[in-house]
Amino acid sequence: MATAAELRMRVKRRKFAIQTLLVGLSMLVVVGAVTTARTNLEAQGLTSGFAFLDRGTGWDYSFSLIPKDISDPYAQTLFVGFLNTLFVGFIAIFLTTLFGFLIGTARDASNLALKTAATIYVQVFRNIPLILQLVFLYAVLINLPGPRQAMAVADSVFLSNRGLMIPGVNVTPGVALVLLCLSLAFGVAVIWRKLPPLQGFAIWVGGSLAVCLLAGLFLRPEGEAIVSVPALQGLRFRGGITIPIELLGMIVAITLYGSAYIAEVVRGGLAQVPKGLTEAGQALGLTKTAIWSRIKLPMALRSIIPPLGNQWIFMMKATTIGVAIGFSDLFYIVSISITQSGQTLELIAILMGAFLLVNGGLAVFTNWLNARMKLKAH
Amino acid sequence: MSDISMAPPSRLHAIVQTVQRRAFSSAADAALSVIVFGALAWLAWALIDWAVLRAVWTEENVSQCGKDTGAGACWAVIDARHRLILFGLYPFDQHWRSTLACVAIIATVILSCLPLMWSARRLSTLWMAGFATYYLLMEGSLLGLPQVTTDGWGGLSLTLFLFSSVVLLGMPMGLGLALMRRSEMPVVRGFAVLLIDFIRSLPLLTTLFTAAVVIPIILPSWLEGDKIWRVIIAFALFFACYQAEVFRGGFQAIPKGQFEAGKALGLSYWHILGRIVLPQVFRHALPSTINMVVVTFKETAIVIIIGFFDVMASAKAAFGTGEWAPYYLEVYVFVAAIYWIFIFSLGQYGEYLKGRMAISER
Repeated sequence: MATAAELRMRVKRRKFAIQTLLVGLSMLVVVGAVTTARTNLEAQGLTSGFAFLDRGTGWDYSFSLIPKDISDPYAQTLFVGFLNTLFVGFIAIFLTTLFGFLIGTARDASNLALKTAATIYVQVFRNIPLILQLVFLYAVLINLPGPRQAMAVADSVFLSNRGLMIPGVNVTPGVALVLLCLSLAFGVAVIWRKLPPLQGFAIWVGGSLAVCLLAGLFLRPEGEAIVSVPALQGLRFRGGITIPIELLGMIVAITLYGSAYIAEVVRGGLAQVPKGLTEAGQALGLTKTAIWSRIKLPMALRSIIPPLGNQWIFMMKATTIGVAIGFSDLFYIVSISITQSGQTLELIAILMGAFLLVNGGLAVFTNWLNARMKLKAH
Repeated sequence: MSDISMAPPSRLHAIVQTVQRRAFSSAADAALSVIVFGALAWLAWALIDWAVLRAVWTEENVSQCGKDTGAGACWAVIDARHRLILFGLYPFDQHWRSTLACVAIIATVILSCLPLMWSARRLSTLWMAGFATYYLLMEGSLLGLPQVTTDGWGGLSLTLFLFSSVVLLGMPMGLGLALMRRSEMPVVRGFAVLLIDFIRSLPLLTTLFTAAVVIPIILPSWLEGDKIWRVIIAFALFFACYQAEVFRGGFQAIPKGQFEAGKALGLSYWHILGRIVLPQVFRHALPSTINMVVVTFKETAIVIIIGFFDVMASAKAAFGTGEWAPYYLEVYVFVAAIYWIFIFSLGQYGEYLKGRMAISER
């Protein structure tokens, strides 16, 4: 008969053995992978390392926020892809959150018509793969009429197979980027001040628009209007902002799909607000809007934000499907770089690192937001 | 007194009242309802008009298609190309095998929705049987049929193959990861946490792409395997990392006292797990698991980017030839409808189950 101490010792030894085995196996796999990779790469005549980042690429791609050239080095091209991913991701996050809250509220509305419409929307767009929606939408966009037969709304917004032309504040792209960052910082400040959600949102959007108009007023080119409106000149449009169809397809497809998911998150959050609270609001004679913005929304936000953060991360990850329609997001740039330069391992590491960084950042932001939203007493 | 009816209000009356209360309670409410319902009705009519009333249905009538004739949807393209969309480049005279194989997978999914099948043993037997039927039929050589390798598989049948193999492989992997994650050994736990968080913060496409292009570099060629199996294993790993979190939620619902009671009775770890804890974990995790399976089915569409001839790729090929090129819309609507029916019905079933379980736990 083994004593208790002996038994305990045996269990301890077994646990130690299992853990050592796991560490040993992992190390074996890593060492094996590194040596195999080295022999395989040598056989193909490739040198590993990040020296290729300084070489010129020699190929072109569809979309860039900053001026691009085919002789740009790999480092800069990859950075452009990273910027594009962030750009589409943040636009998608903003739009999906906005529409998601609207549709989710409609799902929770007392009006039967609104509820039906929102339910149909969610069930249609949530249950078809995102990539199918994107490719579908792109096929429709690319088959639109050309610029001369563009669909026009009020002679200032045009949709053609070249993209969507919209009026924009008359500033250089560099200034626009600075304005965008300012707006983001302003948004964070609004959250910091803990304003009521609806009021804070209105202040944020209003303030950002005001700053943009002011920038247009003072920084526009000499003798031109504050807002530049696109107009057809010959075969193409001049003025305004042009959203190419790849970017338009990405934004619209991710927004349609993501809004349906966020609407479900919002509906779930609103449904968790105890009925007594809304009834108390009614008893106090508050209007429906006031009940929604002052009672239901602030209460619901606490249970909405954690899953909302997951959806934001999903949106960032979803930008990788841009490769299906040739939008030059980071994944697209990395996959072209791999075929062109053969530096597979380095480029995959860069791709993974970038996503870990962005999604880690988003997770930190969500946690911070969650902490700001918590009730003081809890 | 006699003119007061004691009969319950009629069904119709109740419906009218509900509509009145929910849609016409005030003037603004009524206006909103009329506008929204009007828009919905107009949309529905436009859709029916295009897809049914003015549609061209058969390949012989294809000359009636097109914008000039005022025809709606040209379903002739589906009539002519549906075999390509469903079965890809599988040998034409062997399509009955693809059909049966797809039926086997769909039957497996439907059967696993029946409460009768809800034990770990039955479910795993069912899925293995379904998958084996699929594989034997599609591959063929073991049944004495002409052999067709995985390169020849395509269309909807390839999508179903990816889906079922990912779920079948990923489920035990997910359970393993969940168990590792709650292990008392710090190294084991840390390993699981690291792997799960790493895979979960990467896009699926990155994981699959890595499996497709990086594995051939870092593994010796004898371990490399087919590209399709590499991608399936990577996909299964992705599934497992999410499913592990689902199982973790299930584990958290089990009171700690149950483990302790098991230990006090002198039961072994595996005995406690298999006989006491896991049956309850599965039950708790079932609605979220169904959700995860649905998401996985939806995500399989992404393999077109890695270069597989799945249902989306075959749809592209279906309108890829000159004569069918104008009818891309019809083909995409057809494929979207296939996905939608699968995903919607499974999703609704998950919701129903969630509601039923919520009642039983009240």
